[in-house]
Amino acid sequence: MKSKTPLLKRDGFQSLLSSLICVILGVFLGYIVLLLINPEGAWKAIVAVLKNFFFYPSGPARMKYFGSTLVKTAPLVMCSLSILFAYKVGLFNIGAAGQYVAGAGACLYAALAWHWGWLPCLLLAIAAGMLLGGISGLLKAYCNVNEVISGIMLNWIGLYLVNIILTNVKEPTSPYTIKIAAGNPKAIMPSAGLDKLFGNNQYVTIGIPLAIIIAVCIYVILERTQFGYELRATGNNKNAAKYAGMREKRNIIVTLLIGGGLAGMGAALLYLTGIEEWSCSQSSVPGMGFNGIAAAFLGCLNPIGSLLSSFFIQHITNGGGYVDKTLYSSQISDLISSIIIYLCGFVLFFKTFMNSRGQKREDTRFAPEPKEPDKPASDGATPEGGDAK
Amino acid sequence: MAEEYAIEMLNITKVFPGIIANDNITLQLKKGEIHALLGENGAGKSTLMSVLFGLYQPEEGTIKKDGKEVKIQNPNDANDLGIGMVHQHFKLVECFTVLDNIILGVEPCGKGGFLHKEEARKKVMELSKKYGLQVNPDALIEDITVGMQQRTEILKMLYRDNEILIFDEPTAVLTPQEIDELMQIMRNLAAEGKSILFISHKLAEIMAVADRCTVLRKGKYIGTVETKNTTPEALSAMMVGRNVNFHVEKEPAKPGDVVLEVRDLTVGSKTHKNDAVKHVSFDVHAGEIVCIAGIDGNGQTELVYGITGLEPLKSGTVKLKGKDLTKASIRERSVSGMSHIPEDRHKHGLVLDYSLEYNLILQTYFSPEFTSKAGFLKRGPIREYANRLIEEYDIRSGQGPVTTARSMSGGNQQKAIIAREIDKKPELLVAVQPTRGLDVGAIEGVHKELIAQRDAGKACLLVSLELDEVMDVPDRILVMYEGEIVGELDPKTTTQEELGLYMAGAKRKEVEV
Repeated sequence: MKSKTPLLKRDGFQSLLSSLICVILGVFLGYIVLLLINPEGAWKAIVAVLKNFFFYPSGPARMKYFGSTLVKTAPLVMCSLSILFAYKVGLFNIGAAGQYVAGAGACLYAALAWHWGWLPCLLLAIAAGMLLGGISGLLKAYCNVNEVISGIMLNWIGLYLVNIILTNVKEPTSPYTIKIAAGNPKAIMPSAGLDKLFGNNQYVTIGIPLAIIIAVCIYVILERTQFGYELRATGNNKNAAKYAGMREKRNIIVTLLIGGGLAGMGAALLYLTGIEEWSCSQSSVPGMGFNGIAAAFLGCLNPIGSLLSSFFIQHITNGGGYVDKTLYSSQISDLISSIIIYLCGFVLFFKTFMNSRGQKREDTRFAPEPKEPDKPASDGATPEGGDAK
Repeated sequence: MAEEYAIEMLNITKVFPGIIANDNITLQLKKGEIHALLGENGAGKSTLMSVLFGLYQPEEGTIKKDGKEVKIQNPNDANDLGIGMVHQHFKLVECFTVLDNIILGVEPCGKGGFLHKEEARKKVMELSKKYGLQVNPDALIEDITVGMQQRTEILKMLYRDNEILIFDEPTAVLTPQEIDELMQIMRNLAAEGKSILFISHKLAEIMAVADRCTVLRKGKYIGTVETKNTTPEALSAMMVGRNVNFHVEKEPAKPGDVVLEVRDLTVGSKTHKNDAVKHVSFDVHAGEIVCIAGIDGNGQTELVYGITGLEPLKSGTVKLKGKDLTKASIRERSVSGMSHIPEDRHKHGLVLDYSLEYNLILQTYFSPEFTSKAGFLKRGPIREYANRLIEEYDIRSGQGPVTTARSMSGGNQQKAIIAREIDKKPELLVAVQPTRGLDVGAIEGVHKELIAQRDAGKACLLVSLELDEVMDVPDRILVMYEGEIVGELDPKTTTQEELGLYMAGAKRKEVEV
């Protein structure tokens, strides 16, 4: 059936196209903002953002910084998977940010205080994320507490708890935790030779392929298994799921457990490379979990799409670092990337728009087919507009 | 040419991808007439009305008001032209009074935004008197009967000085007595010069009240006839394209053992403090169809929720073939042999964004037939199963098993649910308004299917609001009124009038189990 549908009507193509439109629009808007602030350097600045690691002239250097972008993409992929997994079940896991923080706290503490190896650290991070997600899930299932509210609360609770706990393993003179490479090198994830590919970038580890594998697993679970069938049915129509005898309460809890685990694992994939340390004095939840929301939507809520979108978002975030700081203040890179990310939220809007346009063109081009008239059941609903809620 | 038309829809063609919903349809509504629009589900009635209301733009054709061509781009344009509609499902604010609902959107305001309700009240009372529309303007919508709610909707149109009144299947929710009243109101309105478009597929009502009738079939215009020159049989043949058997033919029932045993069942209500179902007891035997009759909202929905496990019971027991299911989960009940065709197919019956094949396995997806031991869905067997049901139950859709359920017509959505529930081979089939919104041909099919189940020795509990269905299909009728069973009737010996009295709570007798 799929092969017969015209290109423009195909769901995958529409998703890709609408994501691209968002990206282009975001870049354009970012450029205008740069123009308004300082017209002289605007072009150079936007090019720098988009070029990111191409900033370096030599091949190996490019590969090295390409590697750095990838290292930070892996946790973003995990956060966006956390968001999209919950979203498919009709839950908005804004608590991913806090689950990510919990994961960071767990793996860093286990690595630095208990001197665990990388795998137990990773598993503990997953468990910590699941704990936070599970609390939201229980509250939602049994007390009908909105998962957004409990998620936001837990973001802050998680942040300050982690700050307190990690103070025990921080450098005496700075707010940052001890470098894992110095404190406990066996907690660094193995690179399995990948570092050689990326200009000896020591931070490139198996975390990157791990994130890809998880994304594929999530895709398979959602689309091919009985479990995914139940979860998506619950997300699409809670009442029908109940009518069909599915245990919606259990599904809600399990979903947020998995979502929490994914976000927690994301943190481990970043901190167990040693590329960053945790600042015990930070007073805001790291943006990774929130960027995960943008990545999930820019990827059209498709696990494979979120691989691409996460890379793009990380690409421009890193690229922001190369903007000329003599012309723009240092926050400009965040501003530009946040404008682009903000625009990414419009993916579904463009998709719906394309659908209705496609519909109209279809109407006028239509050649009659001799068959039973079969009008759409609900007036005004576009047949494929189902995803767009 | 001297004929004066209030509204004319000339040669309207509206195309959707894959179908022509309206193919060159002409509808001419004379001033002061009652004009029926008759057609099966999916015949294009709703599309035509949506065009009239500016919700869709037709590819071809023109609309004329009083002989002048008009463009209707959106519902506001329709409103300005004096076109009003009473929807099948009323659009009223439950916690507002009748008067507040009538003036909603056109509130008479003085300086500073203060309401001038007295003027409005005067106008409403005048209209109410003029057309015999009795309402209590200060009653809250949630407290009044469905009939009065409908009169409120009619007053809403009149208050806006609408000249063209559209009634979309207005009798579906009314008792026989209320239907008679409505007919009289419609005649009064027409006598006062209002033009009425009456959408229905109930032939008796059309014959009783309409002057002319336009028939659509499969998106095509079949014809317009004067009702005084035609018969119900002729109309139904026009509508369906063949002769339809009105009377459900069936052998006498041969009831066997008790399949469903309900004792002292009490279910709470979501909307008010009283229990929705109060200490109800009854049996359903193998090989019989028992119908729960009653006006909508007398506890039928909650009774079914209690039996199928969607709502917890306050008291009582439910047994299926002797097995106590009072505390069983929905899944256990389903696996034990209970099938449920739900009242609301969009709320409960289907996952609209799932494909047809995924909807067809909604009750059985976990069985080894469709799920491997490792928890993966078996796509091949699912597709085969879906194709078999599509074939056997004649479920029509644009792309077969991969069609999104949302894009299917209501009738075919219902067929999919019926196929799924019957193919489960249940001991007890609970069918709640299984023919709701279906056309004559499809209704006949559903009734035949129910009787086939009965003849195969299954027990069948039918909940229906349609009097014809209540009279024709079941072997026993239990009438529900305000959460209680107020009478057991034999459809062979009772009359519609007697049934109506029980349904309205005017008559009752103790029922022994």
